[in-house]
Amino acid sequence: MQPGEFLSLLGPSGCGKSTLLRMMAGLLTPTAGEVTVQGEAPTSAAARDGLSFVFQEPTLMPWATVAANVRLPLDLAGVPQTESDARVAEALAQVGLNGFGGQRPRELSGGMQMRVSIARGLVTRPRLLLMDEPFGALDELTRHRLDTDLLALWRAQGLTVVFVTHSLSEAAFLSSRIVVMAPRPGRIVDDIALDTPWPREAHHRTSPGFNAVVRRLEDALSAAGSDTHAHTSANADT
Amino acid sequence: MATRPSPRPPLTERLPWLLPMGFAVLLLGAWQAWVTLADIPAFLLPSPWRIAQTLVQDWALLWPAWWVTVKITLWAFACAVVLGMLIAFAFVQSRWLEAALFPYAVLLQVTPIVAIAPLIIIWVKDPTTSLVLCATLVALFPIIANTTQGLRSVSPGLLAYFELRGAKRWQTLWRLRLPSALPYVFTGWRISGGLALIGAVVAEFVAGTGGTATGLAYQILQSGYQLDIPRMFAALVLITLTGIAQFSALSAVSRWALAGWHDSEVAR
Repeated sequence: MQPGEFLSLLGPSGCGKSTLLRMMAGLLTPTAGEVTVQGEAPTSAAARDGLSFVFQEPTLMPWATVAANVRLPLDLAGVPQTESDARVAEALAQVGLNGFGGQRPRELSGGMQMRVSIARGLVTRPRLLLMDEPFGALDELTRHRLDTDLLALWRAQGLTVVFVTHSLSEAAFLSSRIVVMAPRPGRIVDDIALDTPWPREAHHRTSPGFNAVVRRLEDALSAAGSDTHAHTSANADT
Repeated sequence: MATRPSPRPPLTERLPWLLPMGFAVLLLGAWQAWVTLADIPAFLLPSPWRIAQTLVQDWALLWPAWWVTVKITLWAFACAVVLGMLIAFAFVQSRWLEAALFPYAVLLQVTPIVAIAPLIIIWVKDPTTSLVLCATLVALFPIIANTTQGLRSVSPGLLAYFELRGAKRWQTLWRLRLPSALPYVFTGWRISGGLALIGAVVAEFVAGTGGTATGLAYQILQSGYQLDIPRMFAALVLITLTGIAQFSALSAVSRWALAGWHDSEVAR
């Protein structure tokens, strides 16, 4: 994939999109072949500094304040307090959480907790942001707002994002490129480059271009589904 | 933490001591009335008032004994906390170590202290040290068991995050496992605090003579020999009050440390 892309991995459960993302992060090792991030193995220190992972859950430390949660990756890397304080403030400002640094995670809503998690991802100034269904557990309105803010961040920071989702409209709204995957066996069934212009505002969700993309994704997924079906019945016959 | 100005919480919540204190007054009143009306002699069952009087009269005798017992209890508790938590740290670093050693921790727990106290008192020359050792053995297991359980009860997502960021083992232990374990750790402390006191008293009972430093158990034994039952009760009251004070102090520490983030201590 290219630097600066917003790539969505789209597919139903069990198609291996999360597995692929975890291999990129070095959390899993591939059984065959190899993954390189900017020419390095994902577990190397250089690659680790260049990428951040945002989980499906906010995975915040409940005993620590928002600021301490965001500072965690810097603390683990031994960054001095004076420098990390400034970077924490910057990251919180980027996700729109100015002034929330002193609060505990449980005092925040689910959407705000997810913002803290993203701030923790941004504080290390990564080039590559890996996101595993980050907004999957949120209500639709909150999700739309976070999608819009994420796009703005991506454009402002010049990030490369890999975004795992099983929502067609979320993939269509966010991505510059969508890779559609199918399960049993996990494989890539379509690779779509979107030329929809930026910036995309909320009303883009109702435009004809947007609907055409969703339709194409739908077709790719259902074709893959019936394909799997034919495969199984053929096996049953033999 | 600031409590929400909700419409007048029930009396039991505003004054948590009210119910137990009221019950105590009721109980002591009934006791006093029974002893007075039935004319029960003090060497069989002293009245609460008589016990209180003895507590004041024999204060010069009881106070140093109380202090000896408290010192042994606190030392034993401190040893149990340090030792127990270090053992728990070692257990979470290696499943092998835990599998090999945990049965012996259980062994320690199920061996009655009265049975091994005489041995320890023979082996260890210094009486105070031997008493501290006995009490530590009694108090150790709940700390090991609770801390180990707590250190393992870590959110899998956070553990994956720490792994992802290349956290060192000690960083994971100090920044993730220990804070996650705090609720369990404090439960262990509260159980062990009481056990350390019991251990200190039981060990001194077994030791019989405490040498130069005699604690409350020695006072209870002596009072028994001299049929001074009111003083026996007075010593008993001191032990009980000490246990309650210790439990309250540990509960306060727990509340302070968990306030604002743990479900058990967040204001409803």
